[in-house]
Amino acid sequence: MSKSNLTRRGLIKTSAIAGAGVALPTIFTASSAAAFTNEPTGGSVTLGFNVPQTGPYADEGADELRAYELAVEHLNGGGDGGMMNTFSSKALQGNGIMGKKVEYVTGDTQTKSDAARASAKSMIEKDSAIMITGGSSSGVAVAVQGLCQEAGVIFMAGLTHSNDTTGKDKKANGFRHFFNAYMSGAALAPVLQSLYGSDRKAYHLTADYTWGWTQEESIVASTESLGWETVNTVKTPLAATDFSSYIAPVLNSGADVLVLNHYGGNMVNSLTNAVQFGLRDKQVNGKNFEIVVPLYSRLMARGAGENVKGIHGSTNWHWSLQDDASKAFVKSFGEKYGFPPSQAAHTCYVQTLLYADAVTRAGSFNPCAVAEALEGFEFDGMGNGKTLYRAEDHQCFKDVLVVRGKENPTSEFDLLEVVEVTPAAQVTYEPDHPMFAGGELGACNPGA
Amino acid sequence: MDAIILQILNGLDKGSAYALIALGLTLIFGTLGVVNFAHGALFMIGAFCAVTLSRILNLSYETIDPNKTDFLGNPAKVKTTYVEDWLGPEMGGAIIDWAVPLAILFSIPVMIAIGFIMERGLIKHFYKRPHADQILVTFGLAIVLQEIIKYFYGANPIPTGAPEVFRGSFDFGVMLGFDPNAIIYPYWRLVYFAFAAVIIGGVFAFLQFTTFGMVVRAGMADRETVQLLGINIDKRFTIMFGIAAAVAGLAGVMYAPINSPNYHMGMDFLVLSFVVVVVGGMGSLPGAVLAGFLLGVLESFASMNEIKSILPGIDQIIIYLVAIIILLTRPRGLMGRKGVMEE
Repeated sequence: MSKSNLTRRGLIKTSAIAGAGVALPTIFTASSAAAFTNEPTGGSVTLGFNVPQTGPYADEGADELRAYELAVEHLNGGGDGGMMNTFSSKALQGNGIMGKKVEYVTGDTQTKSDAARASAKSMIEKDSAIMITGGSSSGVAVAVQGLCQEAGVIFMAGLTHSNDTTGKDKKANGFRHFFNAYMSGAALAPVLQSLYGSDRKAYHLTADYTWGWTQEESIVASTESLGWETVNTVKTPLAATDFSSYIAPVLNSGADVLVLNHYGGNMVNSLTNAVQFGLRDKQVNGKNFEIVVPLYSRLMARGAGENVKGIHGSTNWHWSLQDDASKAFVKSFGEKYGFPPSQAAHTCYVQTLLYADAVTRAGSFNPCAVAEALEGFEFDGMGNGKTLYRAEDHQCFKDVLVVRGKENPTSEFDLLEVVEVTPAAQVTYEPDHPMFAGGELGACNPGA
Repeated sequence: MDAIILQILNGLDKGSAYALIALGLTLIFGTLGVVNFAHGALFMIGAFCAVTLSRILNLSYETIDPNKTDFLGNPAKVKTTYVEDWLGPEMGGAIIDWAVPLAILFSIPVMIAIGFIMERGLIKHFYKRPHADQILVTFGLAIVLQEIIKYFYGANPIPTGAPEVFRGSFDFGVMLGFDPNAIIYPYWRLVYFAFAAVIIGGVFAFLQFTTFGMVVRAGMADRETVQLLGINIDKRFTIMFGIAAAVAGLAGVMYAPINSPNYHMGMDFLVLSFVVVVVGGMGSLPGAVLAGFLLGVLESFASMNEIKSILPGIDQIIIYLVAIIILLTRPRGLMGRKGVMEE
């Protein structure tokens, strides 16, 4: 016969100790799990580079990826440090981010919103990416920015030029260094007026998605304020490759300026078609017919070949700039890859450094701490002169370049020349400007 | 009126490409009974034949020019093409300039060889399988070919210019009594249309006026009887597959200056070309050509602002809309034969 020593007091004591024992790890893990999404716990931190590797913007995507890889190399102390040496903030030490080695995963957005979201989601959930960056299509950027807001990670937009990215679709977790369509219009208008006068009739061909719509709206507003008349605005599918049926009606429209609100492969094809149809040799209303490409890049200029000669547009940055920061970046990139970087590469490199710097200054990877460090941050030494990350809409304000296709290029890279540097003040607008109205930043989401 | 003429011209060059691809598709379907979804990829490979020859002709060696600097400030490397070095700048430059027309000669053996390998290596094993299997395997093949091109040439469009003499545009309006600059049309697109007409005429003449063509036509009408006469019809049909591949390839070569070739261009044309074949009538060569031009012109008209202002987005669906109407009223297509794909 066995005798039990179990007493009421003993049972309570044992239960209390066992309960505390069971609860103890839960208390600790609960506190760490509740911190923020993908809090890095080991010796490394993972960034997610989500770029178009296929589709009409694949050229930009490839260059963006090169820039990200260069930025990671510099952050981890490799190479010559590039713009880390010229950046006005000296928080970065070349020891990763806060001592954690920077690693990265890549995804292909395919220039499609659903594919981009799926790829970003996979990087956040499977690869524990703490920050997502990339772009080249505003439709994609807006979609991924929304996903990052929901997931509680920071989104550092790459090449996205639509007003909506930091306008009606802005998010507290999203930040854009690249300029926007409004800024292109504001920078281009005075140059177009001095070149082509105030009595012009413009015909717009516009890529049919968020970027095209806002660029068309911005350029129409800025050119009409000069006195220009808008003859027609025609939307073209993003997937279009032959623009001849859209170009042909321009011939008899009475327009004397064609504005191509196209980018990447779209612009290469539409400009080529326009030149094939003899638009550049045409005289209308007693004036030379002109073509304007409001958003320009060297990669597009290379694709369009000699068709770009003499055509004006705007750009965020150009490798021929002679400030110390631009020269340092061109040297790093050029020595690694054998050719100068594009504006897409520049903005992506800068965004990666800005994120790393904000984390270091905040002393935390928590997205809300990082957002706070970026909001209202003024910096220099990144190739665009003095720049402000405005707190109200997370848009960078800096100088904008007006460029022209070079008539006599001296090399295969020497395709554009800077004709004017428009000061930041001239392209700055109020946060509640009608073109940017309709959205709220909302509250920062740390996730978890 | 000038806008209408311009859209007709515009539709003709697009229709030329549709007609050439659809002609090849119909040839393969009519002879071998195979629904070849890899045909668009053959068009794309043709365009890349032009790119490849252009690159071969532009092969160059580098010399250092101490008087010039590159973007990093180092002494610049100056490229000189071997062709210009061997033949002199004038002759060499002219050959490089004419890379696309020269690629016609380059592409014919390449395309026939690719067609022969495709047919003997893969497609012949699917002759007796259902059409669904043929579609799956040829579609898979198209994706493989696309990815191979993407691997070697990248994902971006590659500008491939027409010869200098054809780069301008032609003022059609003046010829027809309109104001100057009212109807301007690029020379190369006219060249493309004329080229397509010659190729289509050549294929029809080959089938109509040669003994080989006569046997092939007999085989298309009654394969068993021709075989009972002791003729190796399979061998002739394999040759026809090679010819169809060459037609698609030639269409691609000459299309390269119109739109910069990219690895996906075949798919862009393939779906529309299948609609063209169905509208023209499965197995009907004249039907394929007629439907190609008809749908090209209709698509061009649907892009007119006057029409889009009444029916927004019509330019995106016009071909499919017309296909539905034609198939509802003439289920065998415009010139379809009784019994084709009706078992």
